[in-house]
Amino acid sequence: MADLSLRRAMAWPGQYWMLVLMWIRSSLAYPASFVFLLIGSALVTVTDFVAVLLMFSHIESFGGFDLGQMALLYGTASMTLGIADLVTGSIERVGQRIRTGDLDVWLVRPVPAFVQAVADNFALRRLGRPLQAGLILGLGIGAVDIDWTVGKVLFLTLSLVSGAVIFAAIFVLGGAFQFVSIDSAEVANSFTYGGQQLTQYPLSIFGQDIVRAVTFVVPLAFVNYYPVLYVLGKPAPLGLPSWIGLLAPAVAVVMTAIASLAWRGGLRRYRSTGS
Amino acid sequence: MGVYWAIAVRSFRRFSTYRIATLSGAFTNTVFGFIFCGVYLTLWDQRPNLGGYDVTDALTFVWLQQGLLTPIGIFGASTTVELGERIRTGAIAVDLYRPTHLMLWWLSVDAGRAAFELLARGGVPLLVGSLVFDLRFPSSALQGLAVGIALMFGILVSFGIRYLVALSGFWITDSRGLEGLAMVLSLFFSGTILPLVVFPGWFGEFARATPWAATMQVPIDVWLGQDLPARALTFQLGWIVVLLLLGRFATVLATRKVVIQGG
Repeated sequence: MADLSLRRAMAWPGQYWMLVLMWIRSSLAYPASFVFLLIGSALVTVTDFVAVLLMFSHIESFGGFDLGQMALLYGTASMTLGIADLVTGSIERVGQRIRTGDLDVWLVRPVPAFVQAVADNFALRRLGRPLQAGLILGLGIGAVDIDWTVGKVLFLTLSLVSGAVIFAAIFVLGGAFQFVSIDSAEVANSFTYGGQQLTQYPLSIFGQDIVRAVTFVVPLAFVNYYPVLYVLGKPAPLGLPSWIGLLAPAVAVVMTAIASLAWRGGLRRYRSTGS
Repeated sequence: MGVYWAIAVRSFRRFSTYRIATLSGAFTNTVFGFIFCGVYLTLWDQRPNLGGYDVTDALTFVWLQQGLLTPIGIFGASTTVELGERIRTGAIAVDLYRPTHLMLWWLSVDAGRAAFELLARGGVPLLVGSLVFDLRFPSSALQGLAVGIALMFGILVSFGIRYLVALSGFWITDSRGLEGLAMVLSLFFSGTILPLVVFPGWFGEFARATPWAATMQVPIDVWLGQDLPARALTFQLGWIVVLLLLGRFATVLATRKVVIQGG
């Protein structure tokens, strides 16, 4: 039994890849438009950092962060959300699938509904966000005045992965919530896209209550803020120990478990439209 | 005339069926409002009077902006996106058969949408924001009237731009790429990522002269009393005339050379 479910789970990446390839081929059908979309996606998402640049034409530091450190924060926030959005962002369309009854089709196919939901309408143009984030992250890494040890580079890389997993878990939670309330896709946006908007700034500027909320309720502070504070050697807020950033991977594991339970719960609750 | 009114009313009703979506959109706008308030409080704390705004102006800007993004269609609007889609799929042929003007038809559809979204969610973020922060409101009925007209003009300018982008599909088949690029310009020059008054030097001058400034920054400035209503409305009207003439011209050109997909 355990052996069987393990073997099923092992097939997921292959199934996911197959569905994704299909959507990539379809998006490349109009190559000129695809290039526009990719550039457009990178430009749309980079405007958030341009806003920061424009602010720094009037100020020297923002909440105790200089421009290089802001680039590091922005780069990590945008990169983690960008990866999560690329890989699992499509799940926010599940509400539409429920309304139109297409979800029934997913359930009878020999691929888990979850894999179909995250691969649904896979949009390669979403690569635009991680691309511009990578560029700014590189600039930020070069600009900040710290000694980059191998340990710090490895930790930053690991925190990018765990940050992406945390955002992905929030996408899945948002998808699962749509089994309860169809049409509520935008609520999840305030935690995903809103989460990036929030975490690209030093969280301490938002006041202690917000910092508490994004530490203990929706753990967005672990996406990049605490890891970056640790890398920069800055003290953590709320009197928390400075090594709290090291907990990011553990937080990612917990979030994955919660999201997985929520998705299963949602799917079990699903009743077809019956039409 | 009657037919366009009827279209607008039906479009209004069509959008009013998505109540939970509207509500959750307003919720997201409110969350973003609080995030921007945190950022702007930090910015204006270091530079009071930045760009001629005081803290109250900056915070009021945030809540007005969050309410207006969707009604004005800063990220694009489902109506003009649908028009682009109809051109791509060829369904536009049906629209061209109708004894109505293509542009006026879609303008009515967009007006119905904008009216619903303005009424249903335009004020929600402002209401929440005003419970938490001290905000600025129009000081006279006359200024209120000017705000109303500036908003209407803003939506018209926005439609003018989105209509042209959708019509590009007649030449390049798939207008979605151009929609993406148009969104970048819209985000940048409408005051969405940052109030245009904060843009430095000649770049700021340039930004404030673009049609995108006329969509959102200008109505908000009229509300804040930063901009003289007469100057603001003339500026908007100038862009409306230019864009609608271009739209009319593009419609004529497109229908003359139209090759419907698949035939």
